[in-house]
Amino acid sequence: MRPSRWGTVAIVAMVLTSAFPLYWAIVSSFTPEASLFVRPSLIPHVLVTEHYRALFTQRDFWVPIRNSLIVAGTTTVFCVVVGGLCAYALARLRFPGKVPLLGLILAVSVFPQISVVSPLYLLLRRLHLINTYPGLILPYLTFAMPLTVWLLVGFFRQLPAELEEAAMVDGASRLRTIREIIWPLALPGLAATAILTFVYSWNEFLFALSFTLGPERQTVPVAIALFRGQYQVPWGQILAAAVVATAPVALLVLAFQRRIVQGLTAGAVKG
Amino acid sequence: MTRPPLSAEHREARLGWWLAAPAVATILLVALFPLLWTVWESVHLHDLRMPWLGRPFIGLQNYLEAIGDARFREALGHTLIFTVATVTLELVLGCGLALAMNRAFRGRALVRAAVLVPWAIPTVVSALLWRFIFEGRSGIANALLSDLHLVRQPPVWFIQAGLAWVPVILADVWKTTPFVALLLLAGLQNIDASLYEAARIDGASAWRQFRYVTLPLLRPAILVALIFRTLDAFRVFDLVYVMTGGGPGTSTEPIALYTFNTLLQNLRFGYGSALSVIVFAVTFALALGYIRFLGAGLTETRA
Repeated sequence: MRPSRWGTVAIVAMVLTSAFPLYWAIVSSFTPEASLFVRPSLIPHVLVTEHYRALFTQRDFWVPIRNSLIVAGTTTVFCVVVGGLCAYALARLRFPGKVPLLGLILAVSVFPQISVVSPLYLLLRRLHLINTYPGLILPYLTFAMPLTVWLLVGFFRQLPAELEEAAMVDGASRLRTIREIIWPLALPGLAATAILTFVYSWNEFLFALSFTLGPERQTVPVAIALFRGQYQVPWGQILAAAVVATAPVALLVLAFQRRIVQGLTAGAVKG
Repeated sequence: MTRPPLSAEHREARLGWWLAAPAVATILLVALFPLLWTVWESVHLHDLRMPWLGRPFIGLQNYLEAIGDARFREALGHTLIFTVATVTLELVLGCGLALAMNRAFRGRALVRAAVLVPWAIPTVVSALLWRFIFEGRSGIANALLSDLHLVRQPPVWFIQAGLAWVPVILADVWKTTPFVALLLLAGLQNIDASLYEAARIDGASAWRQFRYVTLPLLRPAILVALIFRTLDAFRVFDLVYVMTGGGPGTSTEPIALYTFNTLLQNLRFGYGSALSVIVFAVTFALALGYIRFLGAGLTETRA
């Protein structure tokens, strides 16, 4: 179909609306604190890097970045490996109890995080895991594991089953088929799933807020949300931190955009 | 496909369970077991500030308290307003955008980027960006409103109960509409183009094509987006916590934030757990629809 005039207008409006808050945050993060709320102008006049320098010298923003990388990274690796095996079984093998299992995973993936905050808090407290990395990774599995399995089942279903069957007919064992036929084919899907799991874990807020006590184990979102100045809200530094927190996930998602869109919408179109 | 002999079938079943077991065990341990624990907590009196009381069984007393709790009912109302407002806006705008994106045009990659970035950035960050835009009397939103002479006196958005909802809802719509558009676009791309051709030959107007071809065939995708968004909006937490903290007062406090405050500020674990169970029950009722419409596609076996 040819583009219509109104369609083009709508798309341009969406691109501009999507981009504006980010543009404004980036511009403002390079604007001196004193002129942030004085006659805002869309095109910056003076650019400074003081907020970024303050972020890493005064606030030690490396600590939440390190925490987020450790927690989100561990969660992702664990979920992709363990969830990958499970997803393969669900997508390809026949075994009793498969359908209820899929239902269970889907049910768990939609239940609200707040409904397990109280037991997880009591459990982690009893295990002395409040304010530790395992104390964040364990709760993160509640949403990351079902998400990973769900996405990977979608990806594995898209792979041609004929190749596997041919390999099996040729006498290759199931595990050898997995290693030599499925693994290379599944790699792009695994990568996209890993990125999505990482993004969800990187962005998570409620658990990280509930199960950490101080700056030494806070993740990036918690650190930014709890930014306080001595006398007033330090907007320049907050926006600099927002840009730093967004950059890794935005770059990851943009680099793999085509696959990620596939993964995100795969479930929807099948319904 | 020919069915394999019985022994191979047995082996396949055993392998299936072995492969699935670690993930299933994880889910049972970190999700299902805690959920049951929440239910158990909810029928006990458990106040971490008063450890000497122990944890006596009190039946449904926590639930009765919730029914009589005005702040709880208000929080439920706020959640409802937020959910209806955002889901409606996101579906209508998302549908329009999906229709526009479904036509061939240049710069698809740029549009996809514009769609994905708001969705991928942390909610905490988008909350802060929009808070900054609406901050004080001279944020960029107020500057724009004054320049266009839309307001005589720029409002202070975050100190008035009614006004504070505007940036909150706007921020959610900004972040999620592109994602809804993406879901609906995937549905649109599944519609057979020859149907439109047939409709055109029959002389159907653009509106009638939309009404009688697009809309019915898009229904599954719309339903998925609807249920998905409703569940997400119903548990809104990050956005409100960062933007308004539930304020001014408790006038923008949603149910998840009230539950969080009950648990981790007031340390009332029994009562907070009862609130958690209520949130879960409502979500579960909504999720049953979700499973019915989305699960159908996934659980059907490959031909």
